Amino acid sequence: METPAAHGKKSEAKPAKLGREVQARLGQQLRAMYDDVLNQGVPDRFADLIKRIDVNGNNDKQ
Amino acid sequence: MDDTVRNSILAAVPSLRAFAISLCGNVDRADDLVQETMLRAIANIDSFQPGTNMSAWLFTILRNHFRSEYRKRRREVEDSDGHYADSLKSQPEQHGHIEFAEFRKALGFLPADQREALILVGASGFSYEEAANICGCAVGTIKSRVNRARTRLAEMLNVNGADDFGPDEQTRAVMAGGGE
Repeated sequence: METPAAHGKKSEAKPAKLGREVQARLGQQLRAMYDDVLNQGVPDRFADLIKRIDVNGNNDKQ
Repeated sequence: MDDTVRNSILAAVPSLRAFAISLCGNVDRADDLVQETMLRAIANIDSFQPGTNMSAWLFTILRNHFRSEYRKRRREVEDSDGHYADSLKSQPEQHGHIEFAEFRKALGFLPADQREALILVGASGFSYEEAANICGCAVGTIKSRVNRARTRLAEMLNVNGADDFGPDEQTRAVMAGGGE
């Protein structure tokens, strides 16, 4: 007996126009670009900014 | 300022930058956005509810700030196409990642609401619900924006299957510069 469930059902209102492979490749590319920035860590500019704010004491500047 | 707060803000910086760069396609502008986000967050730290997601809170601030800036700029610069092309020229070379140029360019041509939805869900790792909160819209809206964004990207990049990615001639020409 065959069960038709194997490939998942396409019961959603809007059928996806893109194949899985295309979606996967777009996702990979997007994440690669994003992770590239993540891997740069925290630039000094921002570490310094936080330090400065600390020294000056929080939000009541001037 | 509380050390914990300071550390969580700092810890969020890399992902805020990644989000900002993906949104506006320009590293310098993105870094300014991140800095303004941090300052706003610190100035409004009382409105942050401890125990809730700091990262999502910061993303919301950044996103709203970007959108209001974007609206202003849009009025100033009517040819958003040329604007994007220009900003693209200036950024990827900085880190020598020419392979992302074409993708970034396509991303830049998406409507802003589709772009942010796609990035939040597809790269930042937020759920549809979180992304909806950040963008102040319904979950279903986020889903359809993400779908439309994918479809458009695939069209622009002409991706139909296996090996369709890679830098193309046109992108290289743009990258090589030679202003207008």
